[in-house]
Amino acid sequence: MQATKTPATPPQGRTMRRVLEGSFTRGQIIGGLIALAVLIALPFIYNKDNLTAWNMKAIFVEPPVLIGTMADAAQYVILAIGLNIVVGFAGLLDLGYAAFFAFGAYTYAFLASGHLAQLTGGKIQIHLSFWLVLFIAAAVSAFFGALLGSPTLRLRGDYLAIVTLGFGEIVPAVFLNLGNIKIGDTSINLTGGVDGISGVDKPGIATFGLGSGICRNLKMNPNPLTGGCRLNNLNPEPYYFLYIGIVVLLVIAVSNMRSSRLGRAWMAIREDEIAAAAMGIDTVKTKLLAFASGAALAGVAGVMFGAKLSLVGPNSFDFNTSVFILCMVILGGIGNIYGVIVGALILYLTQTIFLINLPNALNKLGTDNKIEFLAKTDWSGLKFMIYGIILVVLMIVRPEGLIPSARRKAELRGETGEPRALVAGAAGRGSDEAERANPVATAERESLYDMQTEEQPTERNDR
Amino acid sequence: MALLEASKVTKQFGGLTAVNKVDFDIPQGAIVSLIGPNGAGKTTLFNIITGLYKPTTGAIIFDGHNIGGGNPSKITELGIARTFQNIRLFANMTALENVMVGTHSRMRTGLIGAILRTPSAMREERSVAERGLELLDFVGLGGQEDEYAKNLPYGDQRRLEIARALASTPKLLLLDEPTAGMNPNETREMTDFISKLRSERGLSILLIEHDMKVVMGISDRVSVLDYGVKIAEGSPDEVRNNTRVIEAYLGKGQTNSKPINPDVAADTAG
Repeated sequence: MQATKTPATPPQGRTMRRVLEGSFTRGQIIGGLIALAVLIALPFIYNKDNLTAWNMKAIFVEPPVLIGTMADAAQYVILAIGLNIVVGFAGLLDLGYAAFFAFGAYTYAFLASGHLAQLTGGKIQIHLSFWLVLFIAAAVSAFFGALLGSPTLRLRGDYLAIVTLGFGEIVPAVFLNLGNIKIGDTSINLTGGVDGISGVDKPGIATFGLGSGICRNLKMNPNPLTGGCRLNNLNPEPYYFLYIGIVVLLVIAVSNMRSSRLGRAWMAIREDEIAAAAMGIDTVKTKLLAFASGAALAGVAGVMFGAKLSLVGPNSFDFNTSVFILCMVILGGIGNIYGVIVGALILYLTQTIFLINLPNALNKLGTDNKIEFLAKTDWSGLKFMIYGIILVVLMIVRPEGLIPSARRKAELRGETGEPRALVAGAAGRGSDEAERANPVATAERESLYDMQTEEQPTERNDR
Repeated sequence: MALLEASKVTKQFGGLTAVNKVDFDIPQGAIVSLIGPNGAGKTTLFNIITGLYKPTTGAIIFDGHNIGGGNPSKITELGIARTFQNIRLFANMTALENVMVGTHSRMRTGLIGAILRTPSAMREERSVAERGLELLDFVGLGGQEDEYAKNLPYGDQRRLEIARALASTPKLLLLDEPTAGMNPNETREMTDFISKLRSERGLSILLIEHDMKVVMGISDRVSVLDYGVKIAEGSPDEVRNNTRVIEAYLGKGQTNSKPINPDVAADTAG
């Protein structure tokens, strides 16, 4: 290679720095650590003891409820990060993402509850560890992601959206109906039907030789069987810390993926699939990996869901859930991990805390200030309208999301003012000319490539 | 032996035969041009060679491998890279990222390496980025690596597309109208650059071009397609004087066999 040698001084470009320094900029590391510190400090500052000591009333929501809700929100943060891989990175619209959430939750419910023992009259007892099932469920969900993806990922855009929509509808229905199968004279209740599977195990934590005596101090229950501790629903703090830890690990993993060869390939496919294929990217395999990775994250979230709620039923994974997660991704800033985290937190907390408490708060405000209109209106019927208005306004004000990725922002707003987008550039100078020169061939190529790709798997090179 | 040999390649789109029994080869280290009037099937032939289309019949042997109808990514791996007639860069990625995507098929990092950022993955990433910078320098885009592709001027976008194609270390480079939309000055620069690609990098080049000055200036051999059929082949001079070629471009009735004025031909084509 005899290209002109680059200067000896280390290159200082943005892209190069990203390669050398890793997946996080210094700003992201500092911001992340500050956010983490605030989150960790939260239960220590905002708790019942402090409130009594300071002679204060709870602000909007009682401390344990807030912490528990935050632990639930962590599941949605992971779901949003996972869907962001599929929609934000690879540009594949998935409208049935909650199905993979369901696979994760049911996997945990089967492998860590008394359900199988009940089913088999006590012959089979499986109580696998929460930690082990995290990986198993990720693998199961990824498998179903690949299974759904392999025949459908050659579809594009709207078609893929419709197939995933159908998949998202089918999966909860299957889990519902597996609760009542009749083979011969025996009816089997495999999934608990509409009631779901209850009594799902709580996560266990090893005490590393400190003995289960310390469990009470850490607001957990001692587990005499293993000598470790077990989380319980009365004290959400252990869940809160545990789930924050899982979120942090997954954020690092996904950021690493994003800034790797794989992440670049996803982006390239999102930008221009034909060019990506011509650059040596196996588009089907790469899209499949995006689908499977996203599904794996949903599987992890599913396990966390089952472990926190102790109940896994088919109603938690319907189309609304899929759309809810998609809203988090779009509203937070599609393509940006930090954006979708913020989006997930805001939407989840708005729905679970703000909207629930809004009617009473408004009524109280009315009574206190003698505003009859506020006091007498039944706001509970209007809260979802308010929610809808918030979403619509946010989308009008910031179509690129709250914290958009630089690329998406550039796409939507145009960075330089002068629109020199490739599309515009091509239409303006180059391809106008090219297209005039060869209109038939160009049109043909576009339409026929679509047909061509659909045949491809059977045409693999046989060398 | 020729680097690429196509024999009796035919591509039909329904009733339309876009490429009809074309025999065709590219010798090692040669610059071969493909010309022809609009709709002659030049780009279709490109798409067949790069695997975007599967030929209806016929075989294409590249470097000892049969690539007819193979997967585009596999063909790139074997050593064929291309640019597009209407630039297809990754608009919202930086210039360096575009080039790094071009290296995709030469990288090994898998899912696990990506997630854990293993030392070998990092080494690879670093060397690919450094090579990307070298390539950007080579095509004259040094210092532009952080610019989004869409913000580059038109001529630079063409260069970036070539840099991206070179990143896959091809043996054969397919250029689809590299000078389309360029002014005479830019065209001259591009022509020199293409010669440099061969002399400095030892690449074989297949070129689709409408600008006859470019074609006649740098080609070792010119093949002419018309309605999907190869009507002539030979050195630039032979093709220039070929009656069938003149007929294809200017129509029948032109009986004198005066050489085509390159400017006239360019105008008819462009």
